[in-house]
Amino acid sequence: MHSKIAQIGLVSSHPEVYDPCDDSFALVDALLADRTKLLNHRPSICMEIGCGSGYVIASLALLLGKESSGSSYIATDINPHAVRVTLETLEAHGCHAEVVNTDIASGLEKRLNRCVDVMVVNPPYVPTPEEEVGCHGIASAWAGGENGRRVIDRILPVADKLLSDKGWLYLLTLTANNPVELCLHMRKKGYASRIILQRSTDEESLHIIKFWRDLDTLLEANECSIVEKTENGLPTESPNFTPFSFWKYGNHNN
Amino acid sequence: MRLLTHNMLSSNIKGVANGFPLRIEAEKVVEKEVELNTDFLRNMFAKIEWKALVEASKTLGYAELPDVAEPSMLDSDEFLNRFHHALLELHLEEGALVCPETGRKFPVNKGIPNMLLHEDEV
Repeated sequence: MHSKIAQIGLVSSHPEVYDPCDDSFALVDALLADRTKLLNHRPSICMEIGCGSGYVIASLALLLGKESSGSSYIATDINPHAVRVTLETLEAHGCHAEVVNTDIASGLEKRLNRCVDVMVVNPPYVPTPEEEVGCHGIASAWAGGENGRRVIDRILPVADKLLSDKGWLYLLTLTANNPVELCLHMRKKGYASRIILQRSTDEESLHIIKFWRDLDTLLEANECSIVEKTENGLPTESPNFTPFSFWKYGNHNN
Repeated sequence: MRLLTHNMLSSNIKGVANGFPLRIEAEKVVEKEVELNTDFLRNMFAKIEWKALVEASKTLGYAELPDVAEPSMLDSDEFLNRFHHALLELHLEEGALVCPETGRKFPVNKGIPNMLLHEDEV
């Protein structure tokens, strides 16, 4: 199995770039566990936002490999050192991605609108003081502001814009990020979701959420908003859901 | 940076209505041979803005692409080879991508485009 993902010994590094750690390993393990589904998904464009060392995008390219030879890969990071290190990591593994130094997907949003079939995000999720958010150095890899949500909340609307009709989003979060609320938020935009991996490390409890566009969820969300508007003429805060299963919203077997 | 990347990028400066395609200023171009992959080319063909690819490859010194392309051409080996070479083997190593509306230059260093904006451009 190990030949299918990036090798730590071949991952490049730099003092200003976050090295692969428990969170990166959890995300790659989740992708590996979903490999058969990913292959059947036949993604045309795969994208990672915040590629850091390049460990995850290289692993994704390797685990899909020749069986998904029609796939292309795009990786972005706000940290100029990270994009260099990502290129080196990709080269060391003999794979390729289009690498762009940018904030989330700025500059790519127009042309990739509704084109991305698989998106992978290991965001800066650590709760930090607000002023640490938005720098271009290594702190950009973890500084998430209040509840660790500052950057996640900026990424989700971009993901919604870029994901294709069959698009999947794999998002790594922490308990402090309130993953349940994230799922409900995306549900209102028509996404079903499921926590596909939970892992507790010494320091944190990690969740990997998979989101996918789901017609039933979209219809339900639309109905809710119609009901809300007709009741008092104004959209209200949020509809009350009674999820039949705590971690699984939607009814597709993704 | 391959021309595939160029074809996906547009100027992201606030207020710019049509930031595509970015004009290329080439200082250093390298060619890297990669295996031809028909599945990949077929997938990408539908997403490529052909005219932008033709102009970009000319700027990098490759003028062998037809001005107009249609899906039926993907059955021709000669066309696939040319498309493959322009899209995936020509790399802009050093230079800049220029916003067609404002003239703002986005630098390309060591093959990586820098699309980060200044505070007053967001």
